[in-house]
Amino acid sequence: MGEELYKEIILDHHKNPRHFGTLKKPTHQAHLENTLCGDEVTMQLKVEGLRIKDVAFSGSGCAITIASASLLTDAVLGKSLAAVKKLGTKDIDKLLGVKVGPAREKCAYLGLETLCKALGK
Amino acid sequence: MIRAMVRNDFPILRRRIHGKRFAYLDSTATTQKPLSVIRAMDEFQRKYNANVHRGIYTLSEEATELYEGARKKVAQFIHANSEREIVFTRNATEAINLVAYAWGRANVHEGDNVVISVMEHHSNIVPWQMMGRELNYELRITDVDAAGLIDLRQLEQQITKRTKLVAVTGMSNVLGTMPPIANIARMAHRKGALVLVDGAQSVAHVPTDVRKLGADFLAISGHKMLGPSGIGALWAKQELLETMPPFLGGGDMIREVTLQSATWNDVPWKFEAGTPNAVGAIGLGAAVDYLQKLGMGNVHKHEQTLVAYALKKLRTLKGITIYGPLDARKKGGVIAFNVDGVHPHDLATLLDREGVAIRSGHHCAQPLLRNVFNVMATARMSFSVYTTKRDIDQCVAAIEKARRVMG
Repeated sequence: MGEELYKEIILDHHKNPRHFGTLKKPTHQAHLENTLCGDEVTMQLKVEGLRIKDVAFSGSGCAITIASASLLTDAVLGKSLAAVKKLGTKDIDKLLGVKVGPAREKCAYLGLETLCKALGK
Repeated sequence: MIRAMVRNDFPILRRRIHGKRFAYLDSTATTQKPLSVIRAMDEFQRKYNANVHRGIYTLSEEATELYEGARKKVAQFIHANSEREIVFTRNATEAINLVAYAWGRANVHEGDNVVISVMEHHSNIVPWQMMGRELNYELRITDVDAAGLIDLRQLEQQITKRTKLVAVTGMSNVLGTMPPIANIARMAHRKGALVLVDGAQSVAHVPTDVRKLGADFLAISGHKMLGPSGIGALWAKQELLETMPPFLGGGDMIREVTLQSATWNDVPWKFEAGTPNAVGAIGLGAAVDYLQKLGMGNVHKHEQTLVAYALKKLRTLKGITIYGPLDARKKGGVIAFNVDGVHPHDLATLLDREGVAIRSGHHCAQPLLRNVFNVMATARMSFSVYTTKRDIDQCVAAIEKARRVMG
């Protein structure tokens, strides 16, 4: 696999995470930690008319955790709730452009898990 | 001196990982196994396998002899007075749990206390927390400073007449520091407390002589000393073992069973319920033979040379934080570190791509990382008899490359 795991897109989203910060009046939010390594992600959403009107995330962690959460926020913004609730781990693999392998799955899917928790899924 | 040729005794080190030479630097998690260990286990399964202590036939007698022979080897390795002082367990964790449950239930009562250090592996924390909840004793935690030294003054104050046990590591699996067990034992014994040493690392890396150690219990791990996984041991003096009630109940640990009750076998078999891991014990015996041929003094010297070399090399890199002492003479073959701007998990993944296996995470010592160093995770490289300077060079080059990738 070489360094292909750390593709440009992952390194870019790690260094410049999108929608990083907090929302003023989120309608939904959740916080999760990866107890294995202490990585943590908070997801905030503003849902209006069954659509993701705005999204933000914050937290700290490895490149895979931060990049996948960042890519996820890009992917869900403006989407319908129904579509977002259908997202699964395969969609994260697609966003990352690579399957991370069992040792790093917890990092890759932490953002998605936090989003699901925020939406009560 | 340990020659680089030793590496050839370990077949797994010939593997290539991602097409690269394999540099295994996670020996603190588990060690690789020499061919002699693999062969001894293979031979046992091919020629001698039978249930030990049970059969009257030839094979069972031979298997029993080999199993008990392995016990003798472990006893001699740590200079125990007799093989009756060695109880085979699944691992060091089970050895500590055996003490917590069997000895703890009989000897630690409400209002008493047990003292551990903040530097302990989870295996020497969680059993004492669990038993504390059951028995209502107080668990006291001794501080450790950033150099990995136990606060002996605080420890002395924490040990009171109500202290029943001081449980401390023989060598930190993160910092590699070795607490002064003889000193600690003197403090504890003055107040009538016993001392348990978690020897999972120390027994594998430095010479151990239980007659001089001062401890009352020593927990040993097989797979961390070139033996197979699934086998460990508890050492304690025979008189002490004899005062203890059994841990697990079942076959082999009994003398006689009626439908109402049972009487116990002699020690150490009283603590070995059920069919034991004979093949594991035989593998451990072969590992002891291998280490004794090298000489534990040489093993320790070899690892100190590697630590000195690795510390020097790591310190030439920019943005490296090293946890614990920077003096190789004060530690065993393990270095915990972090690289600025590279999360340890990313570092471990990137190093793996270069054929280098290191550990990243909390190393089953979350309280130490959190309370003393205020970090959630570190990278860690650790050594054994087969580690070479070339492994360290390969690792340092890979760290530089990782930083370029993440930069």
